[in-house]
Amino acid sequence: MTQKHDITLDINGKKYEITVEPRRTLVDVIRDQCGQTGTHAGCHHGVCGACTILLDDEPVRACLMFGIQADGKKIRTVEGLADGDKLHPLQQAFTDHHALQCGYCTPGFLMLAVGILEKDPDISHDDLISALSSNLCRCTGYANIITAVKAAAEQMRAG
Amino acid sequence: MKPASFNYHAPSSIDEAVRLLSQYSDAEGRIIAGGQSLVPTMAFRLARPAHLIDISGISALDKITQEEDRLIIGAGVRHSAFHKPVCDGPLGALLTEVVQHIAHLPIRTRGTFCGALAHADPASEWCALAVTLDATLVAKSADGERQIPASSFFETVMTTTLVENELLTEAQLPMLPNNSRFGFEEFSRRAGDYALTMALVVWEDEGGKISNARIGLGGVEDRPRRIIEAEEILNGNIPSDDVFRAAAEAAASVVDPMEDHATSAGYRRDLVKALTRRAMEKAVK
Repeated sequence: MTQKHDITLDINGKKYEITVEPRRTLVDVIRDQCGQTGTHAGCHHGVCGACTILLDDEPVRACLMFGIQADGKKIRTVEGLADGDKLHPLQQAFTDHHALQCGYCTPGFLMLAVGILEKDPDISHDDLISALSSNLCRCTGYANIITAVKAAAEQMRAG
Repeated sequence: MKPASFNYHAPSSIDEAVRLLSQYSDAEGRIIAGGQSLVPTMAFRLARPAHLIDISGISALDKITQEEDRLIIGAGVRHSAFHKPVCDGPLGALLTEVVQHIAHLPIRTRGTFCGALAHADPASEWCALAVTLDATLVAKSADGERQIPASSFFETVMTTTLVENELLTEAQLPMLPNNSRFGFEEFSRRAGDYALTMALVVWEDEGGKISNARIGLGGVEDRPRRIIEAEEILNGNIPSDDVFRAAAEAAASVVDPMEDHATSAGYRRDLVKALTRRAMEKAVK
């Protein structure tokens, strides 16, 4: 019999006290047990990046770790980006620059981009392309995604 | 798919991890560090460990220590630790260059240096680097500790000489002298994919001549290795296009490349020639 564990997940500053099976990946725990379905589960094996979240402010793939491993760590998801009705600059830029079509990859791209820009707001074009290459968009929206992230970077730098 | 059930253990010390491993290694117990290779394998149920021993909470493993002649990388150190130089001199710069080629940013924030060694993918950058630089790997078990030279650590694809109750606790890289030069090149069809071939070239510049040349290849054969025949062509010579071409030809002629449905042995041999030469050219710049 597999032992279950009591853990506390801190998602966007809110504490979720839950009991998890160790085999549950973090993305499944965030969605199914904490009800935060903004984080999408795409490929479930670390290829597509749809489930990218920030763990202690670093972008990670939530399907490549177990929920139990995030006990006590600070998780940020797409639900935590907007300030009330005011969109985060990256969300606004994605809207303005048509950086999404079906929207499935969008939460992952947003969290990846937030992680990148918070750490390196002056990231070069080439380094940005390299960093964004980790996530897949099947609507082939890459050009607009890059445009949006660069626009948001400019706005975030300006404050 | 979803991973099969397992029991989870989170030791807080190396001794506790080794004790748990000793207790569960016969009952399909496995170590997890960054999990960036293990978790997808579990999602496909190609791996179904009954016990996972998570070493990521062991603070004693999460550190890089510089000694006079070596850099010691603990088993908890993640790839992203090398995004900025971890030590002065050529070794710090080399690690920073190589890490950029490992998978993608969100993988590098979780995956670990030693985990890559223990996983032993033939196309792992850190495995090629460990072999090229003659790293020493330290394994601990309930029976004690042993030091394993990287040259005899990798047996074949995803297989090392670690035995089931052994935990790889650290990798020791020799510091590179200040007159060291290096070049690293790899080729993959898409950004972040495993490389089809990679070449690492390191030598010391002795008054304009190459000395102590090291040429290591990864992704070509079932494990990374140094190509002595090519190194001998470099040693004692002044860097030049002729010397580089001769060494690259030698490397391409002695390798026994892997083949798969998309990549022939001949293609990999061509890559060895091209990438070894480009790595040497990078080393002079």
